[in-house]
Amino acid sequence: MKLSTKKKIYQGIAFNLFRLMSGILVVVLISILSFIVVRGIGVISWDFITKMPEDGMTKGGIYPAIIGTLCLVAGSMLFAFPVGVLSGIYIHEFVKDNWFKRFVKLMTNNLAGVPSIVFGLFGMSLFVNTLGFGDSIIAGSLTLGLLALPVIIRTTEESLKSIDNVFREGSYALGATKIQTIRRVVLPLAMPNIITGFILSIGRVSGETAPILFTVAAYFLPKLPSSIFDQVMALPYHLYVLSTSGTDMEASRNMAYGTALVLIIIVLLLNLIANFTRSYLSKKVKH
Amino acid sequence: MIEAKNLNLFYGTFQALNDISMKVPEKSVTALIGPSGCGKSTFLRTFNRMNDLIPGVKIEGEVIVDDMNVYEKGVDVDNLRKRVGMVFQKPNPFAKSIFENVAYGLRVNGVNDEKLIKQTVEESLKQAALWDEVKDNLKKSAYAISGGQQQRLCIARALAVEPTVLLMDEPASALDPISTSKIEELIHELKKKYTILIVTHNMQQAARVSDHTAFFYMGSLVEFDETKTIFTHPVKQQTQNYVTGRFG
Amino acid sequence: MKKIFEKVIEGILMLSGTVTTLTVLLIIFFLFKEGIGLFGKSPTEEGFTVAVNRENPVNELSTDQIKNIFDQNIHNWNEVGGNNDSIILFRMDDLFNYYTEEELAGIDTNMNLLTSKIDEVIDKNKGIIAFISSKEIPQNPNSKLIHIKAIGLGSFFGGKEWFPTAQPVAQFGVYPLLMGTLWVSLLAILIALPFGLATAVYMAEIASPGVRSVLKPVIELLAGIPSVVYGFFGLIVVVPLVQQIFALPVGETGLTGSIILAIMALPTIITVAEDAIRGTPRSVKEASLALGASQWQTIYRITIPYASSGITAAVILGIGRAIGETMAVLMVTGNAAVVPHSILEPMRTIPATIAAELGEAAKGSLHYDALFALGCILFIITMIVNLTVQMISGKRTRNKLR
Repeated sequence: MKLSTKKKIYQGIAFNLFRLMSGILVVVLISILSFIVVRGIGVISWDFITKMPEDGMTKGGIYPAIIGTLCLVAGSMLFAFPVGVLSGIYIHEFVKDNWFKRFVKLMTNNLAGVPSIVFGLFGMSLFVNTLGFGDSIIAGSLTLGLLALPVIIRTTEESLKSIDNVFREGSYALGATKIQTIRRVVLPLAMPNIITGFILSIGRVSGETAPILFTVAAYFLPKLPSSIFDQVMALPYHLYVLSTSGTDMEASRNMAYGTALVLIIIVLLLNLIANFTRSYLSKKVKH
Repeated sequence: MIEAKNLNLFYGTFQALNDISMKVPEKSVTALIGPSGCGKSTFLRTFNRMNDLIPGVKIEGEVIVDDMNVYEKGVDVDNLRKRVGMVFQKPNPFAKSIFENVAYGLRVNGVNDEKLIKQTVEESLKQAALWDEVKDNLKKSAYAISGGQQQRLCIARALAVEPTVLLMDEPASALDPISTSKIEELIHELKKKYTILIVTHNMQQAARVSDHTAFFYMGSLVEFDETKTIFTHPVKQQTQNYVTGRFG
Repeated sequence: MKKIFEKVIEGILMLSGTVTTLTVLLIIFFLFKEGIGLFGKSPTEEGFTVAVNRENPVNELSTDQIKNIFDQNIHNWNEVGGNNDSIILFRMDDLFNYYTEEELAGIDTNMNLLTSKIDEVIDKNKGIIAFISSKEIPQNPNSKLIHIKAIGLGSFFGGKEWFPTAQPVAQFGVYPLLMGTLWVSLLAILIALPFGLATAVYMAEIASPGVRSVLKPVIELLAGIPSVVYGFFGLIVVVPLVQQIFALPVGETGLTGSIILAIMALPTIITVAEDAIRGTPRSVKEASLALGASQWQTIYRITIPYASSGITAAVILGIGRAIGETMAVLMVTGNAAVVPHSILEPMRTIPATIAAELGEAAKGSLHYDALFALGCILFIITMIVNLTVQMISGKRTRNKLR
């Protein structure tokens, strides 16, 4: 066989194989999504979203779980967003490139790699037991917040890195201090990407189960929380309960499909919003 | 024999080459000069269809290499690139040993005979005037030698697949003066066997190494003649301005 | 005034800058503080003890030996270094086998009577081993307490049984959990690797920008789906599928967990590997093409070797993710704490064990400490994974600079 034909055949085989395997990946994702959408779409209704669970969680809605997840997202972001952004600013704008910076970055990366169940153990030991918060929104939020920190810090750093030094120098040349420059020039430019990271970490936080297992999540609660020291139900834990340890698993299957779909919709929406802010806000900043 | 006939090249809607026709003399050195963005590198890369890799490129006209239009349908691009060797601006050896760098072109073109490979590697390194410096260190990483040596290694690598044409895209721009003069000497030697096209920013270099020179401006071929004519009695005023440094 | 204000802000910034370091240190402190509590303690339930006849030469038993004695795998004292006497098991309830109800009348309230009766039984039976409340330790010279070897690193890592609520002694052997974790994660990576690398290469080198702009969000979405949703999907779709295909009694197996984990590890592998492949300089790829190499030859002879350290980092990171993943694995692997023999058996991983049992372990109990010790193992493994990855990618940036 001619050499060039042989080379073409090998290339054709390889490329088509790669194409096929990437295709399988898309098919897997689509089948997971469509499975849950098809089975869950009939379950979702206004009542499903706004009613309490009934009949041992086999009927009714998932209102308390939605509220619980909202509380946890709000609580964790209230803590993690400011701290994470400040931390990113400090690491990128203030620390010189020395061992300290490398060490802090190493620690941030290490924290990002810690499994979520270890966060759960840690949160239980520190917030629930040692600080005496008990199983509560505040304990769960802080645990989730710590988990989200590395993501927010890293996106902040990345977005600061992408800003050309001419903007900083331009501000300094007008006699602005470092803090003023960061606040009035650098941060507004970096905001679109920071917001994108913020939205994506909301997605991460709202889907996490392991960290809240022993810090806040309740199997079932007949009423909504009234203070940050109350337990709450949460969407991901609710799905776990419904699919593995409900009172009547067959009967609560539909509730599980609905809950899974709500979780997927949240992730999808957040991804869309993140992509939108990334492109929309960055355009607006440039013009 | 290599030649461009009525060649037009577009990046999207931007026309980078404008109706270029040029016959490159065989077994001699032809220099392409002109200010940045004049299209000389783009033109060089049409001879081995390296521009194909850029998305949105459209090409009209003909480029003839060995009596064949390389842009005709059904042309085997890999084979074309084997016949038309290329040396790049910065030395870009592969992360392999010196030996394997030179052997690479043979291996990807289906040569399995280790004895033949060994022999060709030696010959190529000798042709590139590198053999004496590396013959005891053939297994060493190509990154372990100096920049000038790396560039000669890249030339040896191009020679190993026995091309007829050698394209050089500012091959000495990243090198020190001593390494540069070595490369220039080498080009003198190589033109006995190969047709060489060299893009350069450096007017003195063009004057030193080339037999013919082509002056490009804004995507057009302004003037093409023997080097001594271009540098001493150019026909066009634009060329005159450029070679005397009064350009712009 | 302005100066002070700026100093205050800088102080706040610095404080925030150290928050991750602080968190890592706190995690280490709290995890190890609780985890270390497991070691050096006797594994019997608090308030209980094991006693034998005074004349029995055996003074010390390991948890394994006690377990085998009470499981009746060991029948004679000579098997544990004692006399040739057959072993007689004695638990509190067994008192009624030795005495009539009349003889034991009032025993619920009369502590002394209980103590003396137990002592009598121990005295009469040379081969007896009694599991009794420590309040009822006979003061009588006829019995003697057995010293139970404390839990050490050896029995923790080497122990082949994880049974924290076993009586008379709890079994804290991590070996089956460690094996379960490794089997499930490594198989997951084996499944994910071909798909992950193929997709990474495809996206970085082959796909048109249009195709890539479809694949990229697909992968971001895969990364975003919560692990419980994967677990739920696995439970409802993959579990029955595995059960049917391999004709198994249950579908919750190591393989099921590996499949789900593979899907979950893919985004990490693809993203990191694609970045690495994209990092190959254009000029090197062009040099290969200019020599007449086909695009595919360039990919596998030049691009992939060049990106190999980044690809290695991607794989290691994927393994790290798989080892630490909790909920999905908990939901689909069946959670049997036995040393695995085949991937088609139910298995239990370390994170799943923590998630499943922490709710039942009383704070401060041995079981609670043992789960934190598991957390320590997990933490150390992921630390090693992270440091390795950072070492590899650090080396890569240095190479690029040269």
